[in-house]
Amino acid sequence: MIPRSFEYLRPSTLQEAVQLLDKYEESKILAGGQSLIALMKLRLASPKYIIDITRIPGLSYVKEEGNKILIGPLTTHDTVENSPIIRNKCPILSEAASRIGDQQIRNRGTIAGTLCHADPSADVPTTFLALDGEVVAMGKDGERVIKAKDFFQDFFTTALNPNEVVKEVRVPVLPPKTGTAYIKHARREGDFAIVAVAAIITLDENNVCKSASISLGSVGPTPLRAVEVENALVGKKLTDEVIVAASELADRGISPPSDIHGSAEYRAEMAKVFTKRAIRLALSRIGG
Amino acid sequence: MAEKRRIKLTVNGVEMEGEAEPRTLLVHFIRDTLGLTGTHIGCDTGHCGCCTIIMNGVSVKSCMVLAYQAEGADILTIEGLAKDGKLHPIQEAFWENHGLQCGYCTPGQIMSAYFLLSRNPKPTEEEIRRGLEGNYCRCTGYVNIIKSVKAAAEKMSK
Repeated sequence: MIPRSFEYLRPSTLQEAVQLLDKYEESKILAGGQSLIALMKLRLASPKYIIDITRIPGLSYVKEEGNKILIGPLTTHDTVENSPIIRNKCPILSEAASRIGDQQIRNRGTIAGTLCHADPSADVPTTFLALDGEVVAMGKDGERVIKAKDFFQDFFTTALNPNEVVKEVRVPVLPPKTGTAYIKHARREGDFAIVAVAAIITLDENNVCKSASISLGSVGPTPLRAVEVENALVGKKLTDEVIVAASELADRGISPPSDIHGSAEYRAEMAKVFTKRAIRLALSRIGG
Repeated sequence: MAEKRRIKLTVNGVEMEGEAEPRTLLVHFIRDTLGLTGTHIGCDTGHCGCCTIIMNGVSVKSCMVLAYQAEGADILTIEGLAKDGKLHPIQEAFWENHGLQCGYCTPGQIMSAYFLLSRNPKPTEEEIRRGLEGNYCRCTGYVNIIKSVKAAAEKMSK
């Protein structure tokens, strides 16, 4: 269980990291390493050059700016879970971070790392999609903003170019009268999800559903938005009948895998059940 | 082929150094190069938590960290807990409460408990369970492990 041999590079700025990525083919950024090192030990990944960015100063922070929360790429899951700003203004991201692996993994794994790894069954990507978050990518020709809906392209594949790094992760400050829930169905605590659901519900002053954002994990090559469920909620008073009927649409447009943890049919059925539970829970969390 | 180089780090308050390849995992460096075999390897895939150590104040699985990443770091392993022949209160509590059966996972359980109690000196049972979530005991002696951590918290708050 030792990785294949590689060259280890330790840039001191993100600009330098980008130059190294550009210079060396088969190079890979190493942040917390809680996915990458595992893949390298299993020899599912064997990069020739490892670019360790963990010594670059100033890449771990959480700050509020306007209606956004800006998060440094090396911010750990543990910090995301416990950040007062995220807990108060975007609690679903804290909830998702709290469900990752275990304490040791949360102490070391980073927000940009899990987004770039883009495992469709991971906790943060599903939540990030529901939040309509953004990633600021930095390449040798400058920076660009990539929206969550464009970021996840396929299994373990993002819209980042091979010579781009994530400079910042941004999520919205959620509006008043918003309730959120991230729940997952897994055999054991800390496991990857069989099905995961992130739900964000905002009501208007008459308690009519103003916006609904539902994202499903582990039911396709990327996290997926349950658009039909969302459409069945918006503009309605969210009675339990409305929630149940909307959740029945959660299997539309998904392509769940079959594996040892659950068949495609089972996952599709669980997508409905967990969507219903997530919406109910989100709704119950809306304050006055 | 990547060449070996010497790395320095502080382990249990002592500055140590040794040679490592880029691919050398921290757990192998600690065990094989530094000779501190109290840190165990259980699964070697980042699941079991046997190899848990404290690195720069937080618990990490040392099989999921490269030795080079620990260059200059402050590391605490199970060997660093007892002082002057006296067991650390967490070790005492595990002893007194039969918090181990075969003992293989114990160093990792204790290091996770150490981190938990450093941050939360009076954890509830639920918080203890959550704090030790990343540490498997295949003898399934969890009840006494939790009891031990509770007892350790009491000892340490006196």
